[in-house]
Amino acid sequence: MELNNISNNINEWFDGSGPLCDIVISSRIRLARNLAGHKFLSRCSNIEKAEILEKLKSAIMALDIGDEISYISIDKATSLNRNLLVERHLISRHHALGKGPRGVVISNRELFTAMINEEDHLRIQVLKAGCQLAYCLEQINKIDDMIEKKVRYAFSPRLGYLTACPTNLGTGIRISVMLHLPALKMTNQIEKFFNAARDMNLTVRGLYGEGTEAASDLYQLSNQVSLGVKESDIVRKFESSVIPEVVEYENAARKELLSKQPDVLDDKISRALALLQNAHLISSQEALFLLSHLRLGINMHDYMGASTPAIKKLHDLCGQGQTRQISIATINKLFMLTLPAHLQINYGKPLEPNDRDILRAKIIRSALNQETQSS
Amino acid sequence: MQCQICNKNEATIHLTEISSGTRTEMHLCENCAAEQNITVKSHIPINELLSGLLSVQPTDEEIAGPTLEHLTCPNCGFTLAQFRKEGVLGCPYDYEVFESVLQPLIEKAHDGKKSHCGKIPASTPIDAKKQMEIMSLRRQLDDAVRSEDYELAAVLRDKINQNEKQQTN
Repeated sequence: MELNNISNNINEWFDGSGPLCDIVISSRIRLARNLAGHKFLSRCSNIEKAEILEKLKSAIMALDIGDEISYISIDKATSLNRNLLVERHLISRHHALGKGPRGVVISNRELFTAMINEEDHLRIQVLKAGCQLAYCLEQINKIDDMIEKKVRYAFSPRLGYLTACPTNLGTGIRISVMLHLPALKMTNQIEKFFNAARDMNLTVRGLYGEGTEAASDLYQLSNQVSLGVKESDIVRKFESSVIPEVVEYENAARKELLSKQPDVLDDKISRALALLQNAHLISSQEALFLLSHLRLGINMHDYMGASTPAIKKLHDLCGQGQTRQISIATINKLFMLTLPAHLQINYGKPLEPNDRDILRAKIIRSALNQETQSS
Repeated sequence: MQCQICNKNEATIHLTEISSGTRTEMHLCENCAAEQNITVKSHIPINELLSGLLSVQPTDEEIAGPTLEHLTCPNCGFTLAQFRKEGVLGCPYDYEVFESVLQPLIEKAHDGKKSHCGKIPASTPIDAKKQMEIMSLRRQLDDAVRSEDYELAAVLRDKINQNEKQQTN
């Protein structure tokens, strides 16, 4: 896999499709596993890390998961390439910043990744667009079973899969859904969502961890408890109660904006459009913030039939049916491709922050003015 | 001060009596006090005295603390101090070595849950696998009893018995 080939498009799971996609951007399940008969990574020498890496790499690379897979060495990758993988959610920031022999196996469609020597020896994850956790669980279980035929995992009948950190113990599962919740934020109800999540033993984080949620209105909601509950029960809880409830809250907030504060809504969408179409310098934080409002406008038109003046204007700009110029996928593409590492890799060389802001603004301007230029 | 009765021994018991507004003091040795049928009672009940004493003594945990603190995993050389610093363990065996310290942390992190329930590797020996099935059935039985679903509880109880029989066979 050439990173230059993936850097100019979005991942399949980020194309704005799938069930409940107006609010649930993507579903992700990861499993943490460690090899029996080896120390955890904090106590491993580089020689032992290399041995673990080789064992797992050869086991996984020999699998037939129905999509071509490639291996990327993280310790040998440039920091720009490592950041690109973080921006695409293919590796964690922890993995990018780690030490010693480590790598990642990525499927061509970027729906499966296996981080080797992250916090645990192995962390496999399956991603999918929209709300598709049951599918992700089925897929990851199959892959886990295949790997397990080739290696022996550290497992205790009492504590389950043994992980470096006791918080991942048991099933080793972390279920995570990425949610777009701009209306809850605009109506000052996002704190309620945080509290409800905490009461249900769930964790809320921003798109790229702490501090990024305010910019993009994207939140990752995940389970905390991995011991003493079945994998399928956690998935069922997410799909039957957690996700529908959050979707209902966000939809209620969107309806409330429409009926009680249409001017607030239109102001946000109009300002976002005007700035994105005209700005010459734009930071990635500002871009995330403004693109979030465009995503809201497009989805409110498509899924709720909203037609306030600003939403109508945005819809006209987007175009319709076959000739549609701007879709949620376009917005997500602008969102991902203007992140710092994507921007620089696609440009072909490192850029200073100010130059990145100029280039980012240019890319967004050109994408959003396409339709008006051609009409 | 000498005993007011024998004038020999050291007075260790000091009595103050207030009667009809008149205050009298007596200073006696233990022998003379006993002869006068004056029994000395502790001001503090014995259990309170003991617990008071214990509270100033190091507790079991405090005694165990430093020992555990210096406990080293024979497999990876890991210590609790390192766990506190790094937040991750050194090897799978640490879960046994530091069980007494880790168990409360595990329960806290997992909403009070104590044991695994879910996927089991296919390579796990049959006995362990069966054992886990039984553990899982027991958990379900507890839930059924708690929610007063006695029909389900009876079915689960039979299943457990059947499984346990198979185990012993």
